[in-house]
Amino acid sequence: MSTLAVHDHGVVHHEEGHEHHHKQTFLNTYVFSQDHKYIAKQFLITGIIMAFIAMTLSILFRIQLAYPDKSFPLLETLLGRFAPGGRLSPSFYMSLVTIHGTIMVFFVLTAGLSGTFANLLIPLQIGARDMASPFVNMLSYWFFLIASIIMLSSFFVQKGPASGGWTVYPPLSALPKSMPGSAEGMTLWLISMVFFIASQLMGGINYISTVLNMRTKGMDLWKMPLTVWALFLTAVLGVLAFPVLVAGVVLLVFDRSFGTSFYLSDIVLNGKIQPYEGGSPILFQHLFWFLGHPEVYIVIMPAMGISSEVLSVNSRKPIFGYHAMVYSLIGITVLSFIVCLHHMFVTGINPFLCVVFMITTLIIAVPSAVKTFNWLATLWRGNIRFTPAMLFAIGMVSFFISGGLTGIFLGNAALDINLHDTYFVVAHFHLVMGSAAIFGMLAGVYHWFPKMFRRMMDERLGYLHFWITFIGAYLVFFPMHFMGLDGVPRRYYAFTEFESMKRWLTVNTFITWAAIMAGVAQVAFIVNFVYSIFWGKKTVQNPWNANTLEWTAPIEHIHGNWAGEIPTVYRWPYDYSKPGHDEDFIPQNVPFSQTMNSNLPHDFEDNPVGLEQHNQWTNTKKANEEVK
Amino acid sequence: MAFKKLINNKKLTLLSTFVLLGTNLLMAQSSATSDTTPTEHTPVMWGSVTYYIMLFFLACLGVAIIGKILRLYDLTQKMQGKKGMNWNNIMGICCAIFLVAGLFGAYWSLTEQGSMSLPEAASIHGVDIDNMFVVTTILTLIVFFLTQALLFGFAFAYRGSDKRKAYFLPHNNTIEKIWTIIPAIVLTILVVFGFFTWTKIENSSEVKGDLNIDITGHQFAWELRYPGKDGKLGNVSYTLVSSLNSLGIDFQDRRSMDDLRADTLVIPVYKSIRLNIHAQDVIHSVYMPHFRLQQNAVPGLPTFFKFTPTITTAEMRVKTDNPKFEYLLYCNKICGDGHYNMQKVVRVVTQAEYQDWIANQKPYLTDAVKKELKMADVKSSDLKKISSNRLALNN
Repeated sequence: MSTLAVHDHGVVHHEEGHEHHHKQTFLNTYVFSQDHKYIAKQFLITGIIMAFIAMTLSILFRIQLAYPDKSFPLLETLLGRFAPGGRLSPSFYMSLVTIHGTIMVFFVLTAGLSGTFANLLIPLQIGARDMASPFVNMLSYWFFLIASIIMLSSFFVQKGPASGGWTVYPPLSALPKSMPGSAEGMTLWLISMVFFIASQLMGGINYISTVLNMRTKGMDLWKMPLTVWALFLTAVLGVLAFPVLVAGVVLLVFDRSFGTSFYLSDIVLNGKIQPYEGGSPILFQHLFWFLGHPEVYIVIMPAMGISSEVLSVNSRKPIFGYHAMVYSLIGITVLSFIVCLHHMFVTGINPFLCVVFMITTLIIAVPSAVKTFNWLATLWRGNIRFTPAMLFAIGMVSFFISGGLTGIFLGNAALDINLHDTYFVVAHFHLVMGSAAIFGMLAGVYHWFPKMFRRMMDERLGYLHFWITFIGAYLVFFPMHFMGLDGVPRRYYAFTEFESMKRWLTVNTFITWAAIMAGVAQVAFIVNFVYSIFWGKKTVQNPWNANTLEWTAPIEHIHGNWAGEIPTVYRWPYDYSKPGHDEDFIPQNVPFSQTMNSNLPHDFEDNPVGLEQHNQWTNTKKANEEVK
Repeated sequence: MAFKKLINNKKLTLLSTFVLLGTNLLMAQSSATSDTTPTEHTPVMWGSVTYYIMLFFLACLGVAIIGKILRLYDLTQKMQGKKGMNWNNIMGICCAIFLVAGLFGAYWSLTEQGSMSLPEAASIHGVDIDNMFVVTTILTLIVFFLTQALLFGFAFAYRGSDKRKAYFLPHNNTIEKIWTIIPAIVLTILVVFGFFTWTKIENSSEVKGDLNIDITGHQFAWELRYPGKDGKLGNVSYTLVSSLNSLGIDFQDRRSMDDLRADTLVIPVYKSIRLNIHAQDVIHSVYMPHFRLQQNAVPGLPTFFKFTPTITTAEMRVKTDNPKFEYLLYCNKICGDGHYNMQKVVRVVTQAEYQDWIANQKPYLTDAVKKELKMADVKSSDLKKISSNRLALNN
């Protein structure tokens, strides 16, 4: 019913006796808002706060890696028992690594990215008044916030937060005595994840049903912008994959708290024989990576969608190979479920199984390559307008290439033997799904900021932010490849114990300073972001001259998005620089009858009536010219 | 614009001067105190912290001033009737500069740091892996340099102007087919190559090697068990673990009785070595990068890896020109607080040296263990019973 109510709201005012007319109170407008635009902002700001926290954590452990023997009394002042004598304790170092990974992957790049842009863009770009179920949508945000708070609260328990790595492999995570972080911190991690997954499922089901059922007139699937396609397929992935992680997490809770042995067998801890028998630690890895691998595509696909849109708008050129882009997204979606075992080549699973997963893993590189080439072709002979969003989208493509190529090494079971769990892996995924996804997200923030906050962000600060972050990220992650190739393992507290690793210390120091530089550059973003929300230049209706529907909605946010009727869609979203048209863009809601000069036979592929009219028109035009 | 207003705000400027002065004083003070009391080892380095914070504020100020200057320049240009700053061009040129600098940086990194990495493979299969690696590297580097050059090259070449209109090119099926098929072919080649390399490495793992060694990981060390004169390792069971029998060796099994304890993984060159990998508490991972060897140690799931070392430690010391060189085995799966220091020295020696070394290793079945197991007075009749038990077990 609520769906209907939202539909009617603000459009048809003759239903006076209708009980669904919400009263606008402070609480339901600014806190428990059910408006998708507001929920998007809530997701974004929570995501940005979480990103800053996770970034600070990473800088803390980078300091440890750069100066393993140095004492920083300030750290003791700030962190207390976690940094005795001004040096991070090994267990807290592990916690930092774990929570950094968890927050970045789940809270920033899953919830912060999909949550923000699916909420903002799906209804606005497909022409809907709100999500299919605004109430569930609101719950999705609040579950996410609860999950975030629980995750952060684990810093305040006696033994510190979870510290078994973001993958929380048992038995390490299942045996509270195996390391400090596996005690209460791990319990909080698991509770937080259950809330988080609930949030993702509520969000995901909403996004899917909205895209499938609530498109405006004329908006068939092949007229949807690539952002909507990407966000839709991301939601499908999430809905299919996240429940499996819940299963894994619940079994882990049982093993930890109720003495079951799903993941445990033959264990002697600290000389004491444990009563577990018959379980398998590998089972958890199967369950985890069944989510875990789709998860990395959940992270990168929205970034791909956003970049496609931003690249096209700012190149003033249609995205090259729209159909190929959609099919490659679908290909990635399907394939992402059958590549997960490439994370487990060295765990002792059947070598034949590894071969199968090696093949599927390298196959998934094909749609990724197609996407990359299509982005390049979109730039080719464009009329590129370097907004900060455009730069971030270009940066995203650059990172995706650099990081994606090393995936070909790691997806190869034979090469993975030597590279597994080394810094090569760290470099790979930080480029391809870390930096690329965060750049996609930033591109989205810069591009849709006017839509969200009705004001523009400062461009020059955006440029500064882009270049420092972009160069900084490369300086941080590029040298890591070589450390990994030299056999430097990830998740090491210090490299001082190994003679062979000491020579990387200078590189580590360099990386840390590059990371600090890139971290400081984020201040430029946050200043720009906060300042522009309140005092930025007021935006115009369609600041980027873009075609998609969200720019036809009024600048002032109204409940229900469009004041009158929702615009009808007549064309695909990428008619940029169409020959014969006086402007270099034709919004989706402009009928072909208004753009007779620029219509092409191709525009009427699935519309025989339109094609006939088009032919008639061109014939009469030709005839007229002959008469002249 | 944000900063313009910020600077114009006189109150803020005043405040910042105050902060600057205050912290300067503070810094002076703290440096003074540290001078007077050098023995006190807990100076919370507020001095250096404020120093960095001031540095940061200075940088911000610098950025703001530059922003302001640019703004002024822009305005004066416009007042003179000229066009203002063309940020689009500037960013396009930045892309070109980044391209050149980035390609050079990548090349520098590849040669400089690349030469520091990937030590010479010291095992037979390691050479296969390296060949595979080189092929993959060449192919990916070509793609890397090509696509990055195109990306930033296009960004520079097609930077926008008001005079131009972009070329309307929605799709081109031929070219799309080409760039779907070419990566598919290249990846197929890599898959096939990888498949052969992988099966070559893994297929023979099942077979026993010339020398079978048990390696067991626990927090935070590795335990080694060499077979004794019989060349066979006895059974182990985690239920038998005790303070004297840390590995839980089943001494009822006759093959166990001569099993040897060792501190260093000493292996003879050119012999196939099979590592039987166990873990007692959490997952560990046996990682020996010089041998291109890695296999997880999973509690309850014994794993193994077979390899043949080809270069002795002595030879490698000459090759690397490092008289202290040692091969290392270390843990590569997060296993707890001590994860970062869970190493074992690996020494590859000649067959003769190996024989000398193994002869000096002590068995696990020490007198203390015998006493605990009351095996000192085991009679021959009992032994028979044991062996029949073992038979039953084996069946």
